[in-house]
Amino acid sequence: MSNSTVIRVEGLSKKYIIGHLRSEGYQTLRDSMAGALKNTGRRLLHPFRASSGQPLLGMPGTEEFWALKDVSFEVEKGDRIGIIGRNGAGKTTLLKLLSRITYPTEGRISIKGRVASLLEVGTGFHPELTGRENIFLNGAVLGMGRSEIKQKFDEIVEFAEVEKFIDTPVKRYSSGMYVRLAFSVAAHLEPEILLVDEVLAVGDAQFQRKCVDKMGDVGENGKTVLFVSHNMAAVKNLCNKVILLDDGVVLESGDPYTICDKYIFPEDIAATGTHSFRGGEDHTINFIRAETLNEKGEVTSAFRADEDIRFRITYSVEKDIWGSSLAINICNFDGTDLWATSDIDVFSTLFEQREKGMWIYECVAPGNVLRPGRYLVALGAGDVTGQYFHHPDPFPFEILEQGFWKGSHKSFGISGGPLVVPMRPEMPRRADTSEDD
Amino acid sequence: MEDQFDIIIEPDKGMTQYWKDLWRYRGLFYFLAWRDILVRYKQTVIGVAWSVIRPLLTMVVFTVIFGKLAKFPSEGVPYPILVFAAMLPWQMFSNALSESSDSLITNANMLTKVYFPRMVMPTSAVVVSLVDFLIAFCILCALMVWYKFLPGIRFLTLPFFLLLALMTALGCGFWLSALNVRYRDFRYIVPFIVQFGLYVSPVGFSSTVVPGKWRFLYSVNPMVGVIDGFRWAILGGDTRLYVPGFLLSIAVSLAIFWFGLLYFRKMEMTFADVV
Repeated sequence: MSNSTVIRVEGLSKKYIIGHLRSEGYQTLRDSMAGALKNTGRRLLHPFRASSGQPLLGMPGTEEFWALKDVSFEVEKGDRIGIIGRNGAGKTTLLKLLSRITYPTEGRISIKGRVASLLEVGTGFHPELTGRENIFLNGAVLGMGRSEIKQKFDEIVEFAEVEKFIDTPVKRYSSGMYVRLAFSVAAHLEPEILLVDEVLAVGDAQFQRKCVDKMGDVGENGKTVLFVSHNMAAVKNLCNKVILLDDGVVLESGDPYTICDKYIFPEDIAATGTHSFRGGEDHTINFIRAETLNEKGEVTSAFRADEDIRFRITYSVEKDIWGSSLAINICNFDGTDLWATSDIDVFSTLFEQREKGMWIYECVAPGNVLRPGRYLVALGAGDVTGQYFHHPDPFPFEILEQGFWKGSHKSFGISGGPLVVPMRPEMPRRADTSEDD
Repeated sequence: MEDQFDIIIEPDKGMTQYWKDLWRYRGLFYFLAWRDILVRYKQTVIGVAWSVIRPLLTMVVFTVIFGKLAKFPSEGVPYPILVFAAMLPWQMFSNALSESSDSLITNANMLTKVYFPRMVMPTSAVVVSLVDFLIAFCILCALMVWYKFLPGIRFLTLPFFLLLALMTALGCGFWLSALNVRYRDFRYIVPFIVQFGLYVSPVGFSSTVVPGKWRFLYSVNPMVGVIDGFRWAILGGDTRLYVPGFLLSIAVSLAIFWFGLLYFRKMEMTFADVV
């Protein structure tokens, strides 16, 4: 309750009504009228029963869902809070409530200072407009004034590295340029409180580093940051406090190292080599199934160290889309990304258009790269703005000691890092003698 | 303690904060309108010329059908000017209506990702239609020169009627955009309203055509008041304003605007959840 409290959340709850019959969130008038009629009928038949209070929505086939339940916490000025938790734990809902995109069902949030939220980058970007025009538009959407944008314009362009293309419509940009420009605008916001969803998951590695640095700056300047992420390494790096959400409630909060380490993916995930993902979610791209196959084409979750690993991913595309990519991330068990591959890296036509239908995508990870141990595969499908269509929970596979490269220093164990890249050591020679000896 | 916080978010939030925000986001308001205008004629061959051709052709058709074939009275002014004086507000109204009622749906992505007072959207759509209005207004001036028609002193009252038209459009825009978010049926209803409205409003003909005893009832359509006002201001001369009807139209406009505003505010909090 000290004076430096900038965000206070008290008993925050958010309820959603899910329709089982409709795939779309909105209703048609006919549904509503039918519902109202039914309610009136019910009221006539049972005049003394209390009405549901929601005559339009209280229809059969709907169900209440509490995305957040009685969440309370306080944030002090200058805190950098990481919000972690499994998919569907309520992280994004919490961020949406804090940024006033949606409103709570119960409870109260008090905020002191100017808030900027970054749930995706490039919100409001229009493909027909030029980079210059989009900077102004996007800036305004994020709450910057015109003079503020003008003042920072050169800095934004320079940070995004798109000087040459600033007067080209962004529909002609490559996905990298698009994302860099979009992030750059966001990075130059100067709010007192910054709310960030996993937008850092976009762009090339070098640019990501730049963004993490930029965000670190924000934290050090006495600004408050709330950061939702799956990336434990980034959370440990950036945050001084972590809130762990599970099923809409705060499971734990406190020191990032202790909590991130506790929140490792549970040991009991079935390791069968085939994983079906919960369907029925209305993403534009849905993952149906993922399999890991060995060199003989058998489905398995355990591989020899020198063996190629084939990932076979079945996904559905609901409509023809532009600008999407599908990524496979290999990570450590603590969630650190080791490497990632996107299908558009090689097949750029998929970026231009991904056609509707059911698809099978295969990708091979070479052997002799991973040290024996357990790893996770995280799949993600998204579009260039950093909006995730589907981001299922990761699944594990294992690299066995068998076939482990004989020349490597087995004795170092995992402390030698997760990768085994043959380095071709040469015999040491004396340094005190001259070259021509 | 409480007053130290700038923003309080609760299930039922009062309106004071909202108006402050609306003012703070005035830049966005301007940029959205600017975007829509910029984007509009991209990749078209004749571009802005469309804004001239469309009203001009409609005027020709109306003049031929109502003036020449049906031989409606022209109140002593050239029929094209009679028609055009009404088409000015009508085109603005119909454009504003269709644009603003779609505004929340077409920008659904922004609704779910960023906070701003949602009222900015339908309002900036109405502002865009003002641009069309200005272009059409120039055409009207050209027409008046062509027909050597000199407007009287009443011409100066035009801004008042324009304001009335804007308020009506905005009021309808609030209603329809909010309803559209929840019930997509309105996507099909709006074009129908626009099409139908053209015939029930006195655009192609003067409202004096309507029999006296129906005149008051006819004015329930708020656009009747607006169009009559425009004609009264532009045509001058013998044109008389039917005062009871005009007052009724204003009252209806005000009611639409006020209740539209309240309804929009009420629904606004749920937009991101249902869109």
